[in-house]
Amino acid sequence: MAGTWVFVEQRDGNIRKVTYEMLSKAKSFGDEVSAVVIGKNVEGLAPEFAKYGADKVYVVEGDVFANYNTGAYVAQLAAMIKEYSPNAVLFAHTFNGRDLGSRLAQKLEVGLATDAIDAEISAGKGVFTRAIYAGKALSKVEVATSPVMATIRAGVFELAEAAGAGAVVKPAVAATDADVYQTVKDFIVTVSSRPELTEAEVVVSGGRGCKGPEGIKVVEQLADLLGAALGGSRASIDSGWLGHELQVGQTGKVVNPNLYVACGISGAIQHLAGVNASKVKVVINNDPEAPFFKAADYGVVGDAFEVVPKLTEKLKEFKAQNA
Amino acid sequence: MKVLVCVKQTFDTEAKIELKDGKISDAGINLIINPYDEVAVEGAIQLKEKNIATEVVIVSAGADKAMDAIRTALAMGADRGILVKQDSAADEFQRAVALAEAIKAENPDLILAGHVAAHDGSSQVPTRIAEILGLPHVNVITNIEIAGGKATCTSEADGGTQVTEVTIPAVISSQVSWNEPRYPSMKGIMQAKKKPVATVDAAAADAKVKIIELALPPSKTAGIKIEEDPDVAAAKLGDWMKNTVKVEVK
Repeated sequence: MAGTWVFVEQRDGNIRKVTYEMLSKAKSFGDEVSAVVIGKNVEGLAPEFAKYGADKVYVVEGDVFANYNTGAYVAQLAAMIKEYSPNAVLFAHTFNGRDLGSRLAQKLEVGLATDAIDAEISAGKGVFTRAIYAGKALSKVEVATSPVMATIRAGVFELAEAAGAGAVVKPAVAATDADVYQTVKDFIVTVSSRPELTEAEVVVSGGRGCKGPEGIKVVEQLADLLGAALGGSRASIDSGWLGHELQVGQTGKVVNPNLYVACGISGAIQHLAGVNASKVKVVINNDPEAPFFKAADYGVVGDAFEVVPKLTEKLKEFKAQNA
Repeated sequence: MKVLVCVKQTFDTEAKIELKDGKISDAGINLIINPYDEVAVEGAIQLKEKNIATEVVIVSAGADKAMDAIRTALAMGADRGILVKQDSAADEFQRAVALAEAIKAENPDLILAGHVAAHDGSSQVPTRIAEILGLPHVNVITNIEIAGGKATCTSEADGGTQVTEVTIPAVISSQVSWNEPRYPSMKGIMQAKKKPVATVDAAAADAKVKIIELALPPSKTAGIKIEEDPDVAAAKLGDWMKNTVKVEVK
């Protein structure tokens, strides 16, 4: 069996960190680890994967792969899996990763464990932990169909640099234009100076207690000082203070940063579900009975609108001292 | 144009999860239409209101009580329903096979569903259905326009927003920000009782994924909670963030 394959998540040559996290984890299974990169002009990326222990890098290039499209990518991977018989194939649990994983899994009629937060893979078998009910429960599942397939949540595995041979393998291009059934008409890149919610090390969120766009502004100032992603609870999304893509919770994004700072958020169960995986949680809220205080490592009873700017000032002082 | 919407019955997102005999207990839990599917139902009804769709058919695979989810969708304005009777423990493969079988018999022009279920978060079934039926699909849409046998979809993508065109029939999965689902009116609820709902048995298929253990996340010990003057509280929190969390200030 040709070990574990990690499908490389990249756009225009920008590789998502989760790719390296998956390679680092795959190394611990003790079998051969390969990165699989598909795109246009991607061969130059190959040495990057060797830094995280990739023994092999499968490089597939072609115009048909210029934009991610499910049909061509599935056709290519299915042909490669048939030829090389990997034991397991891992994808990132991104929009593309779950789209590709699901369609490929059905084509091969195999199981797929999505949004896994832990993985243990041996010959012919994978055991994955999934956070279900947005983290209110944990489900351990076994996938014993071949190849073992899963999508992995960003930020759950530690990065571990390890020198790998990174031998480039160039499989035959199996996909053709006839495999493409989605025509990408436009792609509008989200321009933000802040990191993405699902990949950020620090997330600062604003909720009802921010009382309005002005309150959100002070939350943004704290977020930018900490180099954090900005998020919000349903109240601030529904009020139109923040865009829907910034909603954190069971019907929004599930985050797992090192630090989560909730400003003016009471901690409804559906919001807490989305932040439970955060290593450290801080809340500032004026209701001492708010459920978030039970979940938080540090809670301040107070008006977010008053406390947050003062916290920002305090943290700025540390910066001045360090300078 | 016939639009078919797949809906799944899920726990209310405010529900507290408890285990009983190693399984997730549904005692006292309010069951709802998966919020992502509810958006798909609303999207389908709006297509009918715009005279693009002529009929909206709801399909749900699940236990008998999933009938409530179908009735809710009918009360919102869908025309009829199909309950595909299936064990609620079916995995994504089994679910997709069962739904695809029911969809095939209906031969719709458009198949809508939520992109993910709010409870198991697996986000596989719509895409699997598309593969079984050999149809194009687009996931996580926030808008759709139908014209000339094509669906032009705006969808949330990694790092941006994408506009994708596919021919129909196609399977399209919705993001919650697509629309604001309506509440069923009293008239709608009364009418829903009279709308036809067929019941069929699920097509047989073997599970591909096995749940070996369910657990609750470890409960955490109580943290620090302070109630002080804003200046003092901010200073204390700032010190704690610097010394204990070791935050970096940019």
